[in-house]
Amino acid sequence: MSIESQLEALMAQAPAGLTEGVALGTGLAEGYEFYDSAIGPVVVTFNPDGISSLDIVHGFQERYAERFGKVLLPAEAPSAWRRHIPEAIERGTPGKLPVDLRSVTRFQQEVLRTTATIPKGEVRPYGWVANEVQRPRAVRAVGSAVARNPIPLIIPCHRVVRTDGHIGNYSLGGPHYKIELLEHEGAKPDVLEDLASRHVRVRANASTGIYCHPTCGGIRRSKPSNVVDFHSISDAQEAGFRACKDCRPG
Amino acid sequence: MDDLAKALATDLDAAFPAVVEEMSRQLFWGLRRICGDHQEAEDLTQETFIRAYRALGSYDRDRILSMKLQPWLWTIAMNLGRNHLRDRSRRPIYVEMTEVGSSDPEPVDGTAWDRRLGTLNRHQRTAVVLRHVVGMGIAEIAEATGRPEGTVKADVHRALARLREAIEEEQ
Repeated sequence: MSIESQLEALMAQAPAGLTEGVALGTGLAEGYEFYDSAIGPVVVTFNPDGISSLDIVHGFQERYAERFGKVLLPAEAPSAWRRHIPEAIERGTPGKLPVDLRSVTRFQQEVLRTTATIPKGEVRPYGWVANEVQRPRAVRAVGSAVARNPIPLIIPCHRVVRTDGHIGNYSLGGPHYKIELLEHEGAKPDVLEDLASRHVRVRANASTGIYCHPTCGGIRRSKPSNVVDFHSISDAQEAGFRACKDCRPG
Repeated sequence: MDDLAKALATDLDAAFPAVVEEMSRQLFWGLRRICGDHQEAEDLTQETFIRAYRALGSYDRDRILSMKLQPWLWTIAMNLGRNHLRDRSRRPIYVEMTEVGSSDPEPVDGTAWDRRLGTLNRHQRTAVVLRHVVGMGIAEIAEATGRPEGTVKADVHRALARLREAIEEEQ
């Protein structure tokens, strides 16, 4: 046999996994991996640009297909991200983890990035988020953006509550998970519901002269005898109090 | 190949998997014979496709329609291979597959041929693999490697002579 024809025979099948590797590397497919969370096992999807979604495990493939419609493959997230994923889920903020929010509009991305700044153990009403993104009248649009959050837990939309202070709805598996998460983070959902039913919007510290959102660390560390409750921001201002610079109640 | 280019120009995302399907065997085995290392060839093949996909996304329709896919992909692969040689510290692959394919098949005599090909210099090895393993024409190889056709032809010729000697020496 000639050398030329022996050389021609030096090919075999392409290695298994190559097609999938290319699909993941180009982002034509997304990878998924399971993690633990305060509300049980969750599935995280990712592409080369970052984490793209998070969902509870039961039925995730159907929901993913309907909303994102890409091919989904079991894979390992890039090693540089992997150790940050459990931390981001537990702390409820992306931190060093890149997130890919291209599945929602630019306005919605801005809302979600603002949501991600709400500290663990605290909550903010939709109106606060609207103020923060310089669109104070777009409270309803903020509500839709939060409901469309593709990466719950890591983007902590469970920390956004109704404007009347009630805890409200939650897209990831229902409102009981929202209560469970807030409980887990130390935000005391029963106290929040009690304040809401008494129409308390802000709480002020009589000795510092500052009013805060009820879950702001500043007011929660205040001596209970110094705390004064108000039904509105204007009531607090008329009484001579000024807004906290940390929680920016408006 | 022209049909593929047309499909790519119409809907890149829909057509790209067909490019991978069509080209992965020759890219992988060509690179495998040129670099001599299975894992490196796999990484290079994967990265070649990823770069190609990104590049195609930035090209306009006419540019995609007028290109010859095979030498273009091989140009990307050759450039990557050169950088690989220059910078051995490998970047991590972006997304790692959980399940790695079971033992991949290796043609008969593969190891013997790796040894023989290892006696060639880089240009000769590349030229003879692209010409006779992958089956590319001299003009396409010249395009992919950025070397003149006459030089490529001479490289293939010398490589074949050297391989014949290597086989004789084994006997």
